Amino acid sequence: MAGTPSYQKQHPPTGSSVGVSAFVKEYMGFLLPRDLNILWTVGAMLLAVLALMVMSGLSLALSYTPDATLAFHSVEALERRLPAGWLLRSLHMTGASFFMAALYLHVFRGLCYGSYRAPRRGLWLIGTALLVMVMVTAFAGYVLPWGQMSYWGADVAGKAVGAVPVVGPFLERVFLGGDAPGTATLHRMFVLHFTLAFSIVGAVILHVAVLHAKGSSSPSGRIGERPDRKLPFYPYFTIKDTLGVVLMALLFTLVMCFWPGLITESANYRPANPLHTPADIEPEWYFLPFYGMLQAVPSKFGGLVVSAGAVVILFCVPWLDKGAASQLPWAGRRWLARVALGVLVVSFIVAGLAGRHHVQGPWLLAGRIATLGYYAYFLAFLPFYARLGRRGEDA
Amino acid sequence: MKMLSRLSSFLVLGVGLGAVSLAGIGSAAAQSLAPAHAPEQNWSFKGPLGHFDLAAVQRGYAVFAGVCASCHGLSELHFSDLTETGLTSEQVSALAAAWQVADGLDTDGRLKHRKASPDDALPAPYPNAQAARAANRGAVPPDLSRITQVYPGGADRVFALLTGYTVSAHTSVPGAAGNSGNLIEAKAEKTADHDAGGFANRYAIGHRTAMPPPLRPAAVAYSDGTPPTVEQEARDVTTFLAWVSNPHADSKRRLGVGVTLYLCFLAILLVILKRRIWSDVRR
Repeated sequence: MAGTPSYQKQHPPTGSSVGVSAFVKEYMGFLLPRDLNILWTVGAMLLAVLALMVMSGLSLALSYTPDATLAFHSVEALERRLPAGWLLRSLHMTGASFFMAALYLHVFRGLCYGSYRAPRRGLWLIGTALLVMVMVTAFAGYVLPWGQMSYWGADVAGKAVGAVPVVGPFLERVFLGGDAPGTATLHRMFVLHFTLAFSIVGAVILHVAVLHAKGSSSPSGRIGERPDRKLPFYPYFTIKDTLGVVLMALLFTLVMCFWPGLITESANYRPANPLHTPADIEPEWYFLPFYGMLQAVPSKFGGLVVSAGAVVILFCVPWLDKGAASQLPWAGRRWLARVALGVLVVSFIVAGLAGRHHVQGPWLLAGRIATLGYYAYFLAFLPFYARLGRRGEDA
Repeated sequence: MKMLSRLSSFLVLGVGLGAVSLAGIGSAAAQSLAPAHAPEQNWSFKGPLGHFDLAAVQRGYAVFAGVCASCHGLSELHFSDLTETGLTSEQVSALAAAWQVADGLDTDGRLKHRKASPDDALPAPYPNAQAARAANRGAVPPDLSRITQVYPGGADRVFALLTGYTVSAHTSVPGAAGNSGNLIEAKAEKTADHDAGGFANRYAIGHRTAMPPPLRPAAVAYSDGTPPTVEQEARDVTTFLAWVSNPHADSKRRLGVGVTLYLCFLAILLVILKRRIWSDVRR
């Protein structure tokens, strides 16, 4: 069958245009829903930050020494004396925070607009795997400068791994490479940071390829995904994404150059000292919600399960959501979905604040309520809202 | 959410009451021994658009070299880094030459020393922590490479600590901080104070510090003719230490201004371009 002219246009016979030009044509002509809002440019921002992280990271690695006695001084030396070393390190440190912030925003967009639904379940799974990989990479990277928070962060993480029943102590030794964090830990973290960084690049390529195969979701649901409501990537979305990236770069510059205190932990400018435990061990801001959940549960292993489960549950979201595929999560009762999503966001932030206050005093209760609120979205709202919505329609 | 906040404020109240009653039972003195809040100073480098007063940084180096360096190290700083304070390479070489650094062993196996060169790090005052502890009655003077960043309270508290010595914890007069007359008296009462475990200073933890009052009037001679009062010395050395803690803050802010202006301009152009490209799309 010869097919319609439009069919021929989209799939020219093999041989006539393969290679780079076909690839570019395919990507530039990729059709996207025209009503995508600003939240859909976060993906482009993430790509830009990833490129920045890989490049600045590679340059930093040239001057870094993964050894417990030398790591701190090598980082100090590269920041103080390597040409533009201070700039590379600032870019990499600020980039880490922006990467995580943009990633949380990206996940929020997915939850908010139901981007995880069929036929994009695979895309969501790759994305969640990417989230886990980025979090592990960020943690490993934070250990590398071997300041006080690096050391004690590794110590806390080691103890958390050690709380796993039966295999815990073995895993802790594998993770730390000894009884306490040391040179062996640094070697592990350096290799992990490096290899995962490139694995992330690979997974991102896969993520984008699947997106191109399945098409983008739209803020107005299935209606927005109709072909007559789509526009090609170039020039409509290249300009939108570029604008998004430039706005992010503006914010990035302001934080990096004028308010670096927002994203740096001053205690990490003290060299690691195994004999002196800091008064409050606190992870970077992006791990605080999970740190809060870890501490909100009285049992050590229970805390670990709840904290890790908060990420793992994202993998299950496409199957937890029992809403009809054609509906947005808020179809039926819009206000209910808004309240539920609001509870999720507030819980995440409160859990972070509780983590920051070491879940002491009133923060223990706040941390526990926030943990419940976070899980409630996935276990009490997503599986049941469709039924409520239907009842609302019937009434 | 409102209920949650009300609940948490109730809890805060409850815990607060508990703390008050506990303090009532315990010693009232323990409550008052928390370090006093350091008054905010108007530093040249303060705020997102501040920049280091390089003359003060240079004077501060003189105070550090003449006073602080006898006990404190600045291990991450190299002499060559000082060129960024506005000194020429010749001046830096001359500064470095005033220091002695270890230079291996001679043929008899004894330690050799030589004059420092610009590529050397500032030499540490003690060969190891044990020696530092022995020389300072059990306290190890901390390295100051990142002091204004890692010290809670930052530059304000460093300045307050340097000028905040009082004669004794019992006769401390609020507001006496910064009075250089008191510092001399404090020095005179050194021995008495030491028996109580350090020197009275309301900006130190427990209002005692192991550091003797370091500054006195005319402790250094400033080459630019600034009168070396205790407050001036403290201000200059704090500025110097803030610079050492974050030597590239000025370059970063300068870069930030340029990049921000550029990106704002670019963003405006892109907004215009976006509106033009999207103008033919029916919403």
